[in-house]
Amino acid sequence: MLHIYCPYCEELREEEEFSYSGEAHIARPTDPEALTDAEWGDYVFFRKNPRGLHHEMWNHAAGCRRYFNATRDTQSYEIHETYKMGEKPSVTSQGAAQ
Amino acid sequence: MKKYSGFSLFKHSLSHHENWQKTWRSPRPKQSYDVIIVGGGGHGLATAYYLAKEHGITNVAVLEKGYLGGGNTARNTTIVRSNYLWDEASKLYDHALDLWYGLSQDLNYNVMFSSRGVMNLGHNLQDMRDIERRVNANRLNGIDAAVLTTKEVKDIVPIINDSQDIRYPILGASWQKTGGVARHDAVAWGFARGADQLGVDLIQQCEVTDIVVEQGAVTGVQTNQGFIGAKKVACVTAGNSGVMAAMAGIRLPLESHPLQALVSEPIKPIIDTVVMSNAVHAYVSQSDKGDLVIGAGIDSYNGYGQRGSLHVVEHTLSAICELFPMFSRVRMNRAWGGIVDTCPDACPIISKTHVDGLYFNCGWGTGGFKATPGSGHVFAHTVAHDDPHPLAKPFNIDRFNTGHLIDEHGAAGVAH
Repeated sequence: MLHIYCPYCEELREEEEFSYSGEAHIARPTDPEALTDAEWGDYVFFRKNPRGLHHEMWNHAAGCRRYFNATRDTQSYEIHETYKMGEKPSVTSQGAAQ
Repeated sequence: MKKYSGFSLFKHSLSHHENWQKTWRSPRPKQSYDVIIVGGGGHGLATAYYLAKEHGITNVAVLEKGYLGGGNTARNTTIVRSNYLWDEASKLYDHALDLWYGLSQDLNYNVMFSSRGVMNLGHNLQDMRDIERRVNANRLNGIDAAVLTTKEVKDIVPIINDSQDIRYPILGASWQKTGGVARHDAVAWGFARGADQLGVDLIQQCEVTDIVVEQGAVTGVQTNQGFIGAKKVACVTAGNSGVMAAMAGIRLPLESHPLQALVSEPIKPIIDTVVMSNAVHAYVSQSDKGDLVIGAGIDSYNGYGQRGSLHVVEHTLSAICELFPMFSRVRMNRAWGGIVDTCPDACPIISKTHVDGLYFNCGWGTGGFKATPGSGHVFAHTVAHDDPHPLAKPFNIDRFNTGHLIDEHGAAGVAH
């Protein structure tokens, strides 16, 4: 069971309150009509799925019901940080904390 | 390599079973091979076996970073069935089911395949409509399938709770009598022994750290035992496929999730079939040893940790206890997780890539075990001929860009 800090509620709550929404920071193409099938397929289906640091979206479904982002290690499951939508992660694989 | 038989069992009993031959060799890697298979699980070993047996390609190595069959092959709930909705998927899984039936004889290794039937329960009107539709589709594809009423379910599984007053009452089920279970480890070991016998090198404790690509063609792999050259590299690495693909600069539409399962303490024979339920995310069968083998749903988050969260297991067990109230006092012995590589359309990728000589067999997600022989069979053809096997063709990676998905999500009795 993960313990997740909701940056809006500013509280550490149990995983069951949250629902997972996959990779974060995927920008919707501004002009979808202009994309090729390959580019559209990439946008819809292809994910980074890293073994290591992952920036991902969570929804505090049984709490404030807001989306936020987390930086989590997909191997150790350790959550390095959670941050509000629109913010940038401070822990990245380039300048990882450890 | 000596053949296993009743006579050999008798002969070795005279020497207290101390002189059995090694099941496979443990060779040093050669400098290069015609084909390197990355991943020594069931699918990888089956691929090696069929490459050697059906296509005469024996200069093959299987590289395994841990030990043979130690990943998802050892972690699944051993269910075998082929009642998928769409033509492409049902043909592929039914091809595998055909191979299951002759597998022990073919391998001279008892994989303990037991066609004890697989039941998918329906708990509401929509479940039953979907079941009717799927059973009809199965029948049109020549797969044995039937719709059961609540009473027929109860006749087959007398211990099931058929009360209509529970949260998820049983309204009926789909039933594939030719499905069943097989001994998962034996499948890996049988294919390993068969491949080794035909000259394939099985190299354990050999982790691939890079796939070497020169001018758009694969030339070999870097491993913790040095560089090994190869004309063709075939990756069968389940949850780690995305990591392997990144080594060659390829992206795959996969996400890796933990999937948990657990077994109870051994109890006397109580359930002689496989009961699955999509709606409540639970399935159960009983092993020959007597333990109840229970599978849960996947954890929602991406993870490579081979473990998941406890509330997922709790959710499954509460469903099991409602379906089988008598199991409520059975103690659970062990729980574990595997990493499953889920695909957006819940169907596998069996495909060439844009790198010459590099092939991927992945994306089996939560249901790869049942396909082990078929997967190896069609993938071996794909690798040997550099051209997809007719059954594997629809499972090309290009489908995510062309839109020709095979949408088995929720349609196929896939519980996740």
